[in-house]
Amino acid sequence: MPNFSTNEFRSGLKVMLDGDPCSILENELVKPGKGQAFNRVRLRNLKTGRQWERTFKSGESLEGADVIERDMEYLYTDGEFWYFMEPDTFEQYQADAAAVADSHLWLKAQDKCDITLFNGAPLSVAPPNFVELEITETDPGLKGDTATGGTKPATLSTGAVVKVPLFISMGEVIRVDTRTGEYQSRASKS
Amino acid sequence: MTWRPVADIECIRQRAELLATLRQFFADRSILEVETPLLCRNGITDPSIEPLIVEADPFSGQSRLLQTSPEYMMKRLLAAFAEPIFQITKAFRSGEAGSRHNPEFSLLEWYRPGFDYHQLMVEVADLAHCCLGPRPVKKYSYRELFQQCLQIDPFTATLAELEAVARRHLDPGSLSGDRDLWLDLLMSHVLEPQLAGEGVCFVYDYPASQAALSCVVQADDVWVGQRFELYVDGMELANGYCELTDAPEQRQRFERDNVLRRQRGQVQRALDEQLLAALVSGLPDCSGVALGIDRLLMLKTGSSDIRDVLAFDWERS
Repeated sequence: MPNFSTNEFRSGLKVMLDGDPCSILENELVKPGKGQAFNRVRLRNLKTGRQWERTFKSGESLEGADVIERDMEYLYTDGEFWYFMEPDTFEQYQADAAAVADSHLWLKAQDKCDITLFNGAPLSVAPPNFVELEITETDPGLKGDTATGGTKPATLSTGAVVKVPLFISMGEVIRVDTRTGEYQSRASKS
Repeated sequence: MTWRPVADIECIRQRAELLATLRQFFADRSILEVETPLLCRNGITDPSIEPLIVEADPFSGQSRLLQTSPEYMMKRLLAAFAEPIFQITKAFRSGEAGSRHNPEFSLLEWYRPGFDYHQLMVEVADLAHCCLGPRPVKKYSYRELFQQCLQIDPFTATLAELEAVARRHLDPGSLSGDRDLWLDLLMSHVLEPQLAGEGVCFVYDYPASQAALSCVVQADDVWVGQRFELYVDGMELANGYCELTDAPEQRQRFERDNVLRRQRGQVQRALDEQLLAALVSGLPDCSGVALGIDRLLMLKTGSSDIRDVLAFDWERS
């Protein structure tokens, strides 16, 4: 990978820092009245998600990180790995638990996920913003109760537990916002 | 791509007003406005400033450097006429772009024969009040500031102690360098933001290694450069000196800069022999200061990004 100098640090550039791939969020030139220039850089470690500020001497450079993002279809899990497929090439990738992290709660076969690849291997997995999943367990629904606004926990086919309105019953398919883990609506009938 | 200006018309009006205020300020004090060339034969040796170079034109076959400041030319005027002078001009510095820097910027620079740097600080504070309205004035020596805010003596602390203080406040990764690197880092990253609530704040008497073009004198047990910086609302706005008038000392400092440039793998710069000759002929005892007009306008308009006060910033120029 090419090296990038501090004056090429732009938001979104991926670089290697302390052995981990990082994404540059902000880059600010800081210079005392006279004397050496620095770059105060806000970064996100793509492995751990940690965000922090690091100061560099202006003109210092970092190696670029081989990080790319791909849309892939989720296939299945064998408990140890989660398998994804690139729809154009049918090439399959296996992501480990560290890469999948909490995203496993929202993975449904055939859904399109945003996979970050580092040196060709999945580094992180982002599910679609909205997924439709079946309720496998919840207290019996209260028919017609659409006004009281109460909620109850419901377990989904993936194991995720979300709060749903009281009128929702077992076996129904609901739409969930994966960024907040919140119930949105009953799934559209297809 | 967009053809539109960055600044709004109100900001453009405020700049015009500010320039008129500045010129009136100097007219009231009988300080003469001067103009000197932007395209110079010689650059400056300062290792932390790189000039923009104008390619050789086909007529003269000579390349020129866009001035990084009008200092040397103005000192030649001082050596010739010993008059108080000011200039409002553009200066250019390669690679300096950010929320407080634009590679092309507006600079106000003035010189006061017979003033020491404390007298000049009083005048700088008057100018800040004239442009920005009344604000409290504070003065700290460089040493006091480090002692009060960081509990460390910047003149006697070891390199390891300075580095340890810096690492307590920020993440400098694998940064390494001399004492001045750590002092610069602490000043710009830790102390400067702390001066935000201090109104018009002067920091003076820098370590001799950071004297730049100021006189170096012994104060108590250490050598200090008679240099000051002005911070307003935590933003560095001006840099002033009790000007070095000693030609051999000036030549040594240029040569020392070039040694540093060589060590850091930078291009060495030819010494400005015209300035040195002017010093030999005799520069009057004087103090001088350079102030960033764009930053002054940022303070006047309450902008946090220099791009907001430029009609066209570097990307749109």
